[in-house]
Amino acid sequence: MRGVADVRVEKNSLAACEPSMPTLPQLANVIISGALTGTVYGLMALGLSAIFGVIRLVNFAHGELMTLAMYTAVVAFQGLALDPFVTMVGAAAAFAGIGYVIQRAFINRFVHRPEHAQMLLMIALSMIIANLLLLGFGPDARNVQTSYQLDSFELGTILLDKARVYAAAAAVLATAVLAAFFRFTLTGKAIRACADNPLGARVAGLPVAHLYAVTFGVGAACVAVAGCAMVSLIDVTPTLGPSYTLLAFVIVIVGGLGSMVGALLGGLLIGVSEALAGVLITPSAKSMVSFGLLILVLLARPQGLMGGGRR
Amino acid sequence: MGSMTRRTFSAAVGTLALSGLPARAKADGANAKLKIGVLLPRSGLQALIGQSCQKGADIAPDLIRQRLGVEIEIMNADTESNVDTARSRAERLIGEGAHVLVGAFDSGHTAAIAQVAEQHGVPHIVNIAAAPQITEQGYKFVFRNFPPAPEIGKNGLVLLKDIFADAKAAPKTAVFMHVNDTFGQSMAKGVAALLPTLSMPFKLVETISYDPAAKDLTVEVSKAKATGAELLLLVCRLNDAIVLRREMVKQRWSPMGVVSPGSPGLYEEQFAKVLGKHAQYCLSNTVWFNPKNGITQSFAAAFKKRFAKDELAFHGINATYTFDAILIAADAFKRAKTTQPKALADAIRQTNIAATDRVTFGGPIKFNGKGQVEGNRSVVLQNLDGRPTVVLPKEYAEAKLVFPALKLG
Repeated sequence: MRGVADVRVEKNSLAACEPSMPTLPQLANVIISGALTGTVYGLMALGLSAIFGVIRLVNFAHGELMTLAMYTAVVAFQGLALDPFVTMVGAAAAFAGIGYVIQRAFINRFVHRPEHAQMLLMIALSMIIANLLLLGFGPDARNVQTSYQLDSFELGTILLDKARVYAAAAAVLATAVLAAFFRFTLTGKAIRACADNPLGARVAGLPVAHLYAVTFGVGAACVAVAGCAMVSLIDVTPTLGPSYTLLAFVIVIVGGLGSMVGALLGGLLIGVSEALAGVLITPSAKSMVSFGLLILVLLARPQGLMGGGRR
Repeated sequence: MGSMTRRTFSAAVGTLALSGLPARAKADGANAKLKIGVLLPRSGLQALIGQSCQKGADIAPDLIRQRLGVEIEIMNADTESNVDTARSRAERLIGEGAHVLVGAFDSGHTAAIAQVAEQHGVPHIVNIAAAPQITEQGYKFVFRNFPPAPEIGKNGLVLLKDIFADAKAAPKTAVFMHVNDTFGQSMAKGVAALLPTLSMPFKLVETISYDPAAKDLTVEVSKAKATGAELLLLVCRLNDAIVLRREMVKQRWSPMGVVSPGSPGLYEEQFAKVLGKHAQYCLSNTVWFNPKNGITQSFAAAFKKRFAKDELAFHGINATYTFDAILIAADAFKRAKTTQPKALADAIRQTNIAATDRVTFGGPIKFNGKGQVEGNRSVVLQNLDGRPTVVLPKEYAEAKLVFPALKLG
């Protein structure tokens, strides 16, 4: 800074601005931030992957369900002053119930119908959710303003956004709970049996329709946790859904459709590669890189990075 | 025939005359009321700004009746922040009988509406839209009382020097961040062309463009911070401005100032409401209203009466520029005494509204050969105590400039 009297006149031009090479701390900041966001993306995609892995249904209403969860967190914050990370627990339970009902009431009837019929059902559901949100909340962006929203943890030269760290921690915890559910509980094992061999599960007397509904409920609960975590990072509008549905698809296709580990890996990969593209190429290239990655994976390994091992 | 009496003959002639009158009147366009189709993004990404513009349209009919003695009817249409919708709504308004179109805040939407207006030969008065090409197409029915991006940019950049002179302090380096939509690109071109000619005291170290719909600007802000620039020159919209400012706080980047050389965003109500103290000290060198004009005071009184909970300062550009666009249409209607599109367009071309008879800040409203008003002026606004406040030029200042920005705890 200097006084006006001693200023030197600069010859400026935008063309003369050479993009500077990122420093190591800047790179570290960006990579960690991308990884934290990617973890939340991964959890969101995990719901999509679990539903597809078991029910073989592509959930086109996935982003809208997440938007609904984000609005739930906003309403709980504004009405009851509940932190989104507290709301998360109740929202996960409520969404599990909603998911169960949606599956039993509607989707189970479409499970054996052609894929285009399933697709239309889910698109219809997504449009109903988006328009109900538009009716209820209007088009304005909404957010929660927690006390830590603008705070950061400082580790030497690295600054970690507190909300992002909490969101990623919640996503990791939710993923661990989900993994434990599928691995150690009887219901989880039964669902895995359904995923591996639906006919065999039916012959063995497993209640397949009920297990499908539980699976959809579990997927919806994942989305609820991801939505509550996400609302501390970004504002929500009723039209947010499609972009996140698309993002979830990119992640699960990169990671491997139906693979839980793949979904998490895909989320991390997309989060970090977008961040790196932004800092090394240009910020406008972020989306381009994730779709470029998708094409590469589709060409080199169509089943996804972790796909193909098990259904 | 022989049975026709004098009475039936008179009745028939009377009926014919009466039925012919409206048709004749319609053919001449000598209607008592001017129908103005107002196109704004009232929903979608730009909903808040569209709704802010709408306030100017809402108070126009009464105020214009009082001042000009003409009747206008506002026909509202929502562009839904979408180019295709803007185009189809313009078509529909014309189909429903709009005599003039006003709108539509966004340059991309406005360009689409201008095409429709030109095809149909219906005058289109742009309220707010800065892309230069809108009045560079040789259109005969498109008029704009809003400065194109290079002019806004120039006014905004020139005012930067006034800021440094008033504060007796200047930054050595600056980083330029801008949205990559039609408006942002136009502004970037304007800044690129003008900056080398303006002998600024700072060196521009980097230019970063970004998506106005971005939900996360971590990388962009990280890049900008890494330059170590002392000044952030920002061409933004509303939502991205909020995201970007939040990210600056999270990354603990506090340059001497955040200055917009003529874009929306930093002076909006939502920006102040969402960011609270973090909105403080941001500067916008921007077109504004002229608080000293009598018509502005009438406008402010009407605004307060109609929108008791709102503060005009948060709608300073959107509402007043939308009102002035409608004022131009009504003034032309008064002189043309017809709603015929061509006559209205000719009357608009002859507009000469004195600098003191407009709400917005600038010289007289006169259109040049391209349909563009020249001489709209800018002020320096600073967010102080939760509202945008005029700090320069000094003769219009409501408070003293704070520069460099104070560190916020």
